Amino acid sequence: MSQVRVLVGTRKGAFILTADAQRNRWEVSGPHFAGWEIYHVNGSPVNPNRLYASQNTGWFGQMLQRSDDGGQTWEAVGNEFKYEGVPGTHKWYDGTQHPWEFKRVWHLEPSLTDPDTVYAGAEDAALFKTVDGGRTWQEMPGLRGVKGDLWQPGAGGMCVHTIVLDPKNQDRLFVAISAAGVFRTDDSGKTWKPVNQGLKSPWELPDPAAEVGHCVHRIALHPSDPNTLFMQKHWDVMRSDNAGDSWSEVSGDLPSDFGFPIQVHAHEPQTVYVVPIKSDSEHFPPDGKLRVYRSRSGGNDWEPLTKGLPQKDCYVNVLRDSMAVDALDPCGVYFGTTGGQVYMSAENGDFWSPIVRDLPAVLSVEVQTLQ
Amino acid sequence: MIRVTLPYHLRILANVHDEVELTIDGRATLESVLDALEARYPVLRGAIRDRFTLQRRPFVRFYACREDLSLEPPDTALPEEVVDGQEPLLIVGAMAGG
Repeated sequence: MSQVRVLVGTRKGAFILTADAQRNRWEVSGPHFAGWEIYHVNGSPVNPNRLYASQNTGWFGQMLQRSDDGGQTWEAVGNEFKYEGVPGTHKWYDGTQHPWEFKRVWHLEPSLTDPDTVYAGAEDAALFKTVDGGRTWQEMPGLRGVKGDLWQPGAGGMCVHTIVLDPKNQDRLFVAISAAGVFRTDDSGKTWKPVNQGLKSPWELPDPAAEVGHCVHRIALHPSDPNTLFMQKHWDVMRSDNAGDSWSEVSGDLPSDFGFPIQVHAHEPQTVYVVPIKSDSEHFPPDGKLRVYRSRSGGNDWEPLTKGLPQKDCYVNVLRDSMAVDALDPCGVYFGTTGGQVYMSAENGDFWSPIVRDLPAVLSVEVQTLQ
Repeated sequence: MIRVTLPYHLRILANVHDEVELTIDGRATLESVLDALEARYPVLRGAIRDRFTLQRRPFVRFYACREDLSLEPPDTALPEEVVDGQEPLLIVGAMAGG
């Protein structure tokens, strides 16, 4: 009998939500690490009971936690994140150069083949890797070598917030950085190149051919077709069919093409979900209506999914790491809000219901499908 | 024997329920006490002071005998009352944020 386990990171702790395959009766565990910001909790695809959590406060800094029993117990592992060599400088808000300074881990991406290997996306933007289950971390410095001096923080900081592993090519990884863009390696992280051609950011980047500096909010792919990437940019929903070498806009008929998360259906590689947000000045849904939009054609044609979601007076946001899908059939779709709700649909997004309504602001949602 | 009181979140991290008692070889200073504390509880490395520069984290403060020692040099000798265990060294999370 299948189960689903939803891993929720919030401003004040982590929560674990579990249900059977029907997904209509939920148990809630938590708060784990009460009072700490939990930017991300994620599990190993090859050993689902191996979980990693990024735990942080402004008072006491960064901790990394690991569980080997699906989140029942946790062990603090290594939290030494040291930039390789002389860290150097990057572009600051005022255009001057500013020293690289580690602040926190935004995203944890366990290897597809080894539970002890995990990638960590950090602020200030850098990629770290452990091969010993989190006890030690090493930077992959080639990433910052790609014009890192030109990267600049966005309003939320300068962070590696997205790490996507290519399931068909173990040497290929993608990362997305705010505000630098998307970068790809084809040699397991030794060298990287920016893959941002076709992105347009006229307000922030007057140079239409700028290789770096784009405020990418999230990228996603379907495992069966890893050369096709979908992107929610600061403004614009984008698509690439050549592993990021070029991008085209697929915002189509969305009511707003600003937003944070983007996700791909578990079984339909051309079915994509976004949550439009009014604007970068007003981080809430247009017209006070919380609507997920779904495209079944890989973009351009979008339909609102509203059943079960508040359609008036709703002013929450959905952050970039806060949407996920399960692998059941029909596909379950999940997202968390800054108002503390975690919504789920066990019907591909057609109908929604809250699993929980009153958590702290949700920073991240991951879903594990357990056999 | 030196008594150290940790803030709530660090007690949970270190899995201690009360004051920590440390024996310091040599001169008892903020630095030597923090060295001993981190040696016994490695999970606290980086949580009180920066791992690499050993600078106090901005929102952590040190108090003893009703005095704020936070801005004192790390090699400042601790008060006699702390050294002989009459008073604890208080490590405090500063009031800040929400």
